[in-house]
Amino acid sequence: MTGRLLAEFRDPQALKDALGRIKQARHRTLDAFTPYPVEGLVEELAIEASRIRPAMLAGGLLTAALAFGLQWYSAVIDYPINSGGRPPNSWQIFWLVPFEVGIFAAAVCGVVALLRSCGLPSLYHPLFEIPGFERATQDRFFLLADAEPNTEAVNNLREVLESSGAVVVTEVREP
Amino acid sequence: MTAVLEQNVPPPHRWIAASRASDVETTQAVTEPLFAPAGRAWWLALLASLPFVLWFFGSIGWLFYRGIGIWGINSTIVWGVAIANYVWWIGIGNAGTLISAMLLLTRQKWRSSINRFAEAMTLFAVAIAGLMPIVHLGRPIYAYWLAPYPNTMALWPQWRSALVWDFWAIISYLLFSILFWYVSLIPDLATMRDRTSSRAGQLLYGAFALGWRGSATHWYRLQTLHATMAALGVPLVCSVHSIVGLDFAASLMPGWQESIFPPYFVVGAMYSGFAMVIVLALAFRWGLELQAIITRRHFEVMARILLMASIVMGYSYATEWFMGWYGGRHSDRSLVAFEFAGTYAPLFWALLFCNVVLPQTLWFPAVRGSLPALLAIAVAINIGMWLERILIVWNTLSHDYMPSLWRSFHFTFWDWSFLIAPLGLFAFLFLMFVRVVPSISMFDMRELAHRESVA
Repeated sequence: MTGRLLAEFRDPQALKDALGRIKQARHRTLDAFTPYPVEGLVEELAIEASRIRPAMLAGGLLTAALAFGLQWYSAVIDYPINSGGRPPNSWQIFWLVPFEVGIFAAAVCGVVALLRSCGLPSLYHPLFEIPGFERATQDRFFLLADAEPNTEAVNNLREVLESSGAVVVTEVREP
Repeated sequence: MTAVLEQNVPPPHRWIAASRASDVETTQAVTEPLFAPAGRAWWLALLASLPFVLWFFGSIGWLFYRGIGIWGINSTIVWGVAIANYVWWIGIGNAGTLISAMLLLTRQKWRSSINRFAEAMTLFAVAIAGLMPIVHLGRPIYAYWLAPYPNTMALWPQWRSALVWDFWAIISYLLFSILFWYVSLIPDLATMRDRTSSRAGQLLYGAFALGWRGSATHWYRLQTLHATMAALGVPLVCSVHSIVGLDFAASLMPGWQESIFPPYFVVGAMYSGFAMVIVLALAFRWGLELQAIITRRHFEVMARILLMASIVMGYSYATEWFMGWYGGRHSDRSLVAFEFAGTYAPLFWALLFCNVVLPQTLWFPAVRGSLPALLAIAVAINIGMWLERILIVWNTLSHDYMPSLWRSFHFTFWDWSFLIAPLGLFAFLFLMFVRVVPSISMFDMRELAHRESVA
């Protein structure tokens, strides 16, 4: 017995109400699964901020610096061309390429950071086994809650969920 | 095929023209065209676009075989249709991300009805635009010399060349747009994975959905990334089209060497891109029966943006003429006179009519509310914007400093080919797109429906 229950709700408001009741009953809420980002869930579930943006900044700046360095090295050291008397180190226009590739690299780092912080890609997840969970991406709102792994606490959590309007409550066996 | 979401007239809500749009109905309305067998209109459109695709690739083949002499370019007018096409297509391409990112940052929730196909428009248009400088190269087999790579010739790219800037701008922008588009597509791919009944669909959509489960943590992270990418995308888009403007402005030619070019090109890009979005939105709304999702109010606000952009374009043209006169150089002054009264004057007047005069009718609510009128204006703007780009090329090159070199450009069959055939490829790509990917962002629509309290 894991003590984890997955409750299915018809609308986001019922899910939010359930969150408050679960807290009152001293159980834990682990995650919610919704077909669109429901406002307020982040605060209610106390989800930590991610490091996506610092990763993007670091990746973008590093790549831009590399691109600038490459231009400088090739134009000043390795292959200087006198083009209309312009200085080999034409740094003013050397900003264009680093800007473009820097933003692109920031985006790549952001996507990688997103996938890492979400644990994706993971094509299989135990929750997918639960009948009806496919509606989490369509029109149903799911809440994963955790109680002490003993029958009494689990039954209490189940009651709390059902009384807040859960359509179905399923026990989650695998973590 | 019948519309899943019935349209109510008059529309009961601002951005959804249905009295009720539950999550199921929204999802069905968007996914229906992907699961239902393609209708007759789709097949006819495919059949109509296929010859153009073949024509386009055939033209590229002939061009590679014979060289760029098959076009009407000559030793004076060294740039022609390919360069104008490049600027035009990348302008349309810029608008998708620009529209989507700017509307996201300014919290315009109505974007959810148009952002997905506007971003797809970006991908296809930038891909077509990226071909144009390559086909314009005298020796396209050496296009890869633009990339810095270790080679036995000990060569490096010339970083002061506008062509190298273009290369990096296009490639960064295209790849960035794909990522931006894909990130916001992941939740919808998961919906497709969970709705499709075919095994192949489940495998393919499942693989691309990466195992998305709509967890609150995932949504939070996705929103963080998407908003940050939007904030980066706006300056990126502006820089990309500014670099296109620099292709001209970094030269010493009369009519090109102007500091207004980069911002003026960015506005032009947004202008032609919004016009193209209106054309596409009308096609999608009709073809996929999305009248309840893409409402008349959407067209109304897009028409207002067109009106604003047309005023800025008019202002930019006037600034060019004023600076040509005020700068006092003979070559600049005579170029402005040549624009108004020279070889290409009829085209120039047509440009002004399409881009500046005709859109002023959008001041009238009746015009903004009429879809046929909007379609006509949007098509006229796209024609006008293409004329603007070709005239920027032609006028300056035909009326350079040296009168003994003054010549005119004459269209050949192959110029027409490179002008018309890519449009067929663009349509073809879109026809493929609507059968594979949900053309409206479903999760954004669900959020919008809940916000408008119709769900």
